[in-house]
Amino acid sequence: MTAASSHARHLAEASRLANEIRLSVEQVSYAHSANPGQAPLFTLEATSFQARPGEIVAILGPNASGKSTLLRLISGALAPLSGRILLDGFVTHSLTPRTRAQRIAVVQQESTLLFPARAWEFVLQGRHSHGRSLRFESEDDVLIAKNALAQVGAADLSDRWMDQISGGEKQRIILARALAQQPLLLLLDEPTLHLDIAAQVGLLDALRRLAAENRYTVVVVTHELNLAAEYADQIVLMQRGRCLRVGPPSSIYQRELLEQVFQTPLSVELGSSGRPRVTVLSGTQ
Amino acid sequence: MRPLTLRRLLLQCLILIVILFFVVIVALKFGAVPVSLYALGRDLLRVIFGQSSQISTDYGLIILNIRLPRILLGIIVGASLSVAGTSFQALLRNPLADPFVLGVSSGASLGAILALIAEPHLALSPVFSALLTPLGAFLGAAATIAAVYFLGRHEGQIDSTTLLLGGVITGSFLSAIIMFLMSTLTGSLRGITFWLMGDLSTPLQKSVYWFLGIGFFVAAGAIYTTASDLNLLLAGEKEAMHLGVDVPRVRLVVYIAASFLTGLAVSVSGVVGYVGLIVPHIMRFIFGSDHRTLLPTAAIGGAIAVVVADTLARTVVAPTEVPVGAVTAVIGAPLFIYLLRKRLT
Repeated sequence: MTAASSHARHLAEASRLANEIRLSVEQVSYAHSANPGQAPLFTLEATSFQARPGEIVAILGPNASGKSTLLRLISGALAPLSGRILLDGFVTHSLTPRTRAQRIAVVQQESTLLFPARAWEFVLQGRHSHGRSLRFESEDDVLIAKNALAQVGAADLSDRWMDQISGGEKQRIILARALAQQPLLLLLDEPTLHLDIAAQVGLLDALRRLAAENRYTVVVVTHELNLAAEYADQIVLMQRGRCLRVGPPSSIYQRELLEQVFQTPLSVELGSSGRPRVTVLSGTQ
Repeated sequence: MRPLTLRRLLLQCLILIVILFFVVIVALKFGAVPVSLYALGRDLLRVIFGQSSQISTDYGLIILNIRLPRILLGIIVGASLSVAGTSFQALLRNPLADPFVLGVSSGASLGAILALIAEPHLALSPVFSALLTPLGAFLGAAATIAAVYFLGRHEGQIDSTTLLLGGVITGSFLSAIIMFLMSTLTGSLRGITFWLMGDLSTPLQKSVYWFLGIGFFVAAGAIYTTASDLNLLLAGEKEAMHLGVDVPRVRLVVYIAASFLTGLAVSVSGVVGYVGLIVPHIMRFIFGSDHRTLLPTAAIGGAIAVVVADTLARTVVAPTEVPVGAVTAVIGAPLFIYLLRKRLT
């Protein structure tokens, strides 16, 4: 085989991988009831969407629309009532916790610690699923953790205590731990909830860059209309346990639709970035 | 970034083992027959290296047959309670958890006492009847921690205040039952007082030491295999699961092994409180909260604490002996209050 043909094959393989569907949510539904036999308190109706490597998907909707439930289903923590969720062809719920953690990283709303830990200890936790239970971190693990800290711009926070850094810094460390898992799929539940505007933009910029560089598929749950419009390639619009529409921001951001979902008067225009911008018209009827 | 290495772990344990060795020598010295510290150190090394025949016979009897077994018992009891406390703290995500505070020790004593009462009626072979008390203590411990766990669980989350209160109430309820048994039963008063107060003075058969030693290493070893999982469990069960921890399996292993360790300690020493609370905190303060370090250092630290407490119990008002549980409670309860206040502020 010549070097040229090998190179061509390599390129073909790379482009095949890039266009491959990584995450496939197929007609997934869920019902939650307090006691078995009782009528369900919450239901999620059949939802489907697909995502490729490097793509950012935002699950958007008001409170109690089923966003977080959908995220937990994707993470494999919950089993769907019907339908299935495939990550590179594997059903996420059927994977063992260890294999799942090697492929899916979840960034929760906040992370509480019982005893103080330094940022680097926290980031090294992301390497847990890549080793045996009773082993010591290898040089590779340390390198990966350092790299993860650098990728979120937090290399200088490495030796700081987790309870002595700001909310935005903490969120970056939590993201670094998720990166240290070297996942295929990165799931974030309201990552910007407790952050100020600068930290929100910083986090999402980092996320967009990381998704492009590392070919992560990113799924973010949010109710921030403008951040979703700015950063997502695809929007999954949810309301009261129903997936209303899936598509690029331009097809989702229509005034009537959003007004109906978010129950508030608003206006939609095209922003300077070419993405839709939403203004909430409070107090005007 | 300074991740834990095997070398550092072994070094930390070695330092504590050396401290334990000297504590044991000092503990051996106190008693009616005076013996020089040097001779004790030399002879203790001989015992450790299996050359006990070379020990001079005039005081060898006292050292080998009276003082050393009691210290050995203190080591096993202290290590067991301390490892159990460390595990309960991680499992229940509560820094104030401890076999005594959670009522698990009382549950174990009640189990042991019921086993003692039942034993004459069961006509078991000697081997089984010797194991009946530890078994009763284990079942009592396991049932209590399960009850306290469910008491403290609210809408799928463990509420730490409810959990502690549930433990304290359960403990006092079980103590009341023990009191009740104590006033209705005659003849076995001595045994029951022993379980109420915590005491290491009862001599045991040699085979029991083997059972205790092997039991400790099996249970503590099982917990140690989950050490890095416990580190992640501290952040919550959901988060631990997303990081790759098989939460139900870890919970089951640690729950059974920690109950077993509590039952083991209680069946031979009664209720020695606060060791499992205070020692892990001291070790966490010195060595950090990584369970790969914390579990072994807490084990050795717990051994040191109980040997010291028992030496105090034997000597403060000599020739009268105080129950060791009273000593650990006098020191432990104020420290508990301190930790509680610190947490609330």
